[in-house]
Amino acid sequence: MANIMIRKGDRGYVFYMPKRDIEDSIVSMEFDSPEKWGGEIKLGNGGIYYIEPQTAPARLPYSLRARRIDGVE
Amino acid sequence: MSLLNREEAEALIQEVLEVYPEKAKKDRAKHLMVNDKAITQSKKCITSNRKSVPGVMTQRGCAYAGARGVVWGPFKDIIAISHGPIGCGQYSRGGRRNYFAGTSGIDSFCDVMFSSDFQEKDVVFGGDKKLAKLIDEVEGLFPLSKALSVQSECPIGLIGDDIEAVSKKKAAEIGKTIVPVRCEGFRGVSQSLGHHISNDAIRDWIISNRDGKLEPGGPYDVAILGDYNIGGDAWASRILLEEMGLNVVAQWSGDGTIAEIENTPKVKLNLLHCYRSMNYIARHMEEKYGIPWLEYNFFGPSKIAASLREIASHFDDTIKEGAERVIAKYKPAMDAIIAKFRPRLEGKKVMLYVGGLRPRHTVGAYEDLGMEVIGAGYEFAHNDDYDRTMHDLKDTTLIYDDATGYELEEFVRQLKPDLVGSGIKEKYTFHKMGVPFRQLHSWDYSGPYHGFDGFAVFARDMDMAVNNPCWTLFKAPWQKPAESTAEAEAA
Repeated sequence: MANIMIRKGDRGYVFYMPKRDIEDSIVSMEFDSPEKWGGEIKLGNGGIYYIEPQTAPARLPYSLRARRIDGVE
Repeated sequence: MSLLNREEAEALIQEVLEVYPEKAKKDRAKHLMVNDKAITQSKKCITSNRKSVPGVMTQRGCAYAGARGVVWGPFKDIIAISHGPIGCGQYSRGGRRNYFAGTSGIDSFCDVMFSSDFQEKDVVFGGDKKLAKLIDEVEGLFPLSKALSVQSECPIGLIGDDIEAVSKKKAAEIGKTIVPVRCEGFRGVSQSLGHHISNDAIRDWIISNRDGKLEPGGPYDVAILGDYNIGGDAWASRILLEEMGLNVVAQWSGDGTIAEIENTPKVKLNLLHCYRSMNYIARHMEEKYGIPWLEYNFFGPSKIAASLREIASHFDDTIKEGAERVIAKYKPAMDAIIAKFRPRLEGKKVMLYVGGLRPRHTVGAYEDLGMEVIGAGYEFAHNDDYDRTMHDLKDTTLIYDDATGYELEEFVRQLKPDLVGSGIKEKYTFHKMGVPFRQLHSWDYSGPYHGFDGFAVFARDMDMAVNNPCWTLFKAPWQKPAESTAEAEAA
């Protein structure tokens, strides 16, 4: 589990992990509706992370915990 | 036109790597590359922010240097106590020339050194009592300080002193903010972690001090983040922003104060100059207070104009007009500078090796002068810096991460640049090799280099270094070619 921050970029969500200084676009997010938001997220660099599905945050950027499933670190 | 084509540059890297033992060679190979604009993700071709290979001469500093020297040092009314043995404090005091307006030792403390001077007995019995005593003494001697910060050196972490507890207790006693900063030198691989730790300390101990008590800010309030006022840089930047109609609330951290930090949450936009050392706090403020942030670049007229327009695009038409007015106002002066210096510098080649930002930020300024950057590298950049660097540099530019002393010398020997821009540790090596050199950490005792006013100084300094007549006198008389000696004798 790692702390990450999700913010809104020009083109969709941007993923940022302070610990490893990974900043990348989020290519796809499993659930992206106000009631259910999160799930598996795929990054531009091929990394896959998992966020516990939750209600969408009222405001971005938003810090939360994510689990690394696969891909480059 | 670049000096080398891709194959030659790759071959040069291979040649330089040849001297290393097998394991070090494998490791160092990951840190050297030839720029390719087609690559959008730097991590596929360069590794950064990793531990230096033992045994090489790395140019990096430590976490304490990043915290005490870079981030906390320039705040003028915060007394930075170097908690630990005496040397670290003494050598990080004022050498960076971050200017401030104030009276040293009365209300400003940038160039005064405070240290707890750890001795053997403090390591054995713990130094908390000494720290408490030191804070009392400082408070008695310098009552006009507005806050204190405790910068821990290596032994503090090793013996497990509880500086947080002492800070809290004493802060309650004297009624000032005391920030414990856990920036022991052994943490992390370079000074970069010190920046991060400092940002986190500001986040935890200062920035929320006035939450709920702040007056609402004006519509044009901005803060300058990551400008350390080296040789007056932040002042040269600030006047441009104020001229275009913005209200600069805070300077982080050159010539900054604790009140400015506490007032930053009310600004409308954070302007981030040094991305590497302050992006953490900008991201935090974006999340907590909803303040957007923007990276800008105040080196060289073309980048300044682009940055001013980008900053203005976040505000209404008065500011947009203001930006155009400022650009138009300084254009004749900038054209005159370029007309004067460009003919003298046109086509000269530059190699850069600086900290975490300037290898990409100064490229525009050199290009305005007609100079070409043929090699660039960072001491402590991370992958996101390289992502931002690669499209600023030309294809086939040599890129070196955490270059060792040997690598730098060898690259310079082979590429023969007309100017090397790096730090004090490299300066005299290159002077002795007969290569013109400018320090790009502290501007070689000159400056400012930011802003339009700074560009005038920058252009003059580069001309002074490159075209200095001393470089023609480099050969000793007995080493001159035989015929010229014969002529001299005949005459």
